[in-house]
Amino acid sequence: MSQPEILNQSFELGYTYTRSTGPVIGRFMTELKKRNIVGIKASDGRVVVPPMEYDPDTAEELSEFVEVGEQGEIVSFAWVKEPRESHPLQQPFAWAMIKLDGADVPMIHCVAAPAESDLATGARVRAVWADETIGFITDIRCFELV
Amino acid sequence: MKDIAIVAYQQSDSVSDAGAVNEVELIMPVLARTFEQAGLNSAQDVDFVCSGSCDYLQGAAFAFVSGVDALGAVPPIKESHVEMDAAWALYESILKIRMGHADSALIYGFGKSSPGELPVVLSQQLDPYYLAPLWVDSISLAALQARMMLDKGLITERDMAEVVSRSRRNAMNNPHAQLSGDISVDDVLAEETYLSPLRKADCSPISDGASAIIIATVEQARAWGLPYAVISGIDHCIETHNLGMRDLTDSVSTRMAANRAGMNTGKVDVAELYAPFSHQEIILARALGLDDSTQVNPSGGVLAGNLMMASGLSRVGEVFNRIVKGEAQRGIAHATSGPCLQHNLVTVLEKGENA
Repeated sequence: MSQPEILNQSFELGYTYTRSTGPVIGRFMTELKKRNIVGIKASDGRVVVPPMEYDPDTAEELSEFVEVGEQGEIVSFAWVKEPRESHPLQQPFAWAMIKLDGADVPMIHCVAAPAESDLATGARVRAVWADETIGFITDIRCFELV
Repeated sequence: MKDIAIVAYQQSDSVSDAGAVNEVELIMPVLARTFEQAGLNSAQDVDFVCSGSCDYLQGAAFAFVSGVDALGAVPPIKESHVEMDAAWALYESILKIRMGHADSALIYGFGKSSPGELPVVLSQQLDPYYLAPLWVDSISLAALQARMMLDKGLITERDMAEVVSRSRRNAMNNPHAQLSGDISVDDVLAEETYLSPLRKADCSPISDGASAIIIATVEQARAWGLPYAVISGIDHCIETHNLGMRDLTDSVSTRMAANRAGMNTGKVDVAELYAPFSHQEIILARALGLDDSTQVNPSGGVLAGNLMMASGLSRVGEVFNRIVKGEAQRGIAHATSGPCLQHNLVTVLEKGENA
């Protein structure tokens, strides 16, 4: 039996609404627009970046913001040999967990580096800002080795 | 409280691309075989039906509703759905029976992952402000977890390759496996890295397929005259969505769920663990405190074929199979959801008295 013809139709998923980011995520995004990075103190005093609205252990509402550095160290990394079309960088790059100076909890972002061998756990990186910042996580274009 | 038993389990072949076959066509043959195994005719013969699937895989809202076409929902049936692996549909069905609202239930899960870019699709289940806009894919997150294990000396690449080798060899006895073969640890280690530190072999394949289970009260199972395995416990726990605040080298929620489900009240002969990446099987086995007396993933596990939204249910089915065949007296099935083993469900199964 011959294979049936497969019908194709392009489809773009879109939403007609906008969401308010609220006082915690909104503050972080607003600070990014100003090229600052802020975290928030968890119930046990740990500085969480990006800030969370609630403490995952105690469910306490969090509100004490702390400014952190735009440099930090790699806690773990994954080397992407073949970036996907949706990835933020189109040359080979790394995803990394980065603990920023002044933070206790690492954040996940991408790191631009020439080769996997240039990276290591513990390596120092700094944020590279987008040409135009708009209050979005991608205002940090990537991190690069210091 | 009525004891609940599994009486039937079927799974489709796990295939890398089901082609033009749609979800309903994936489900229907599996359901037909499941009804046949239980000696039933259709969904009309059970009190409740619950399915697990993910609209993101089909790329359309409420796509799961079309799955109901596989059931023949007229005359009307009692039906529900979870946007999760069907292991959680099993959980809902058990609650339904325990509440006295049903004596039997059909549970099925299905996923056709091949049309999309699964690791990228899964990025959209992450934090919508901090992670989803970066499109950080599921394989990359697992690679961050694996590197952390390697850096801390908790595992070696050889340990990971041993998991892969054992999976491929065990899968040679699993007729539905997508990847199987006599592959040695050195064969795996000879492969170049894919998303370093992971090799392709460390990652479960992209798969299409479906699976189904029928459960019933033990009284009903006996009335049907079917061999069965009793579900003696089931529980699930979830960790924070903030990956930076989790200990990614452990699975606290799995251990917690297993304790609450009563895993440690007896010997565990067999464990089917939903570990989409090789290092995660090691994390899970350690979190559960499993030793050599437990056979882990005799089916090959999901490294041999990963049916999104069905593989968690299939883990339960695989343990059921071992128990009714007399190969095991007691076993556990684990299901996972979310990045890096965020959310975990543990089911304890036992050979029934007079079963």
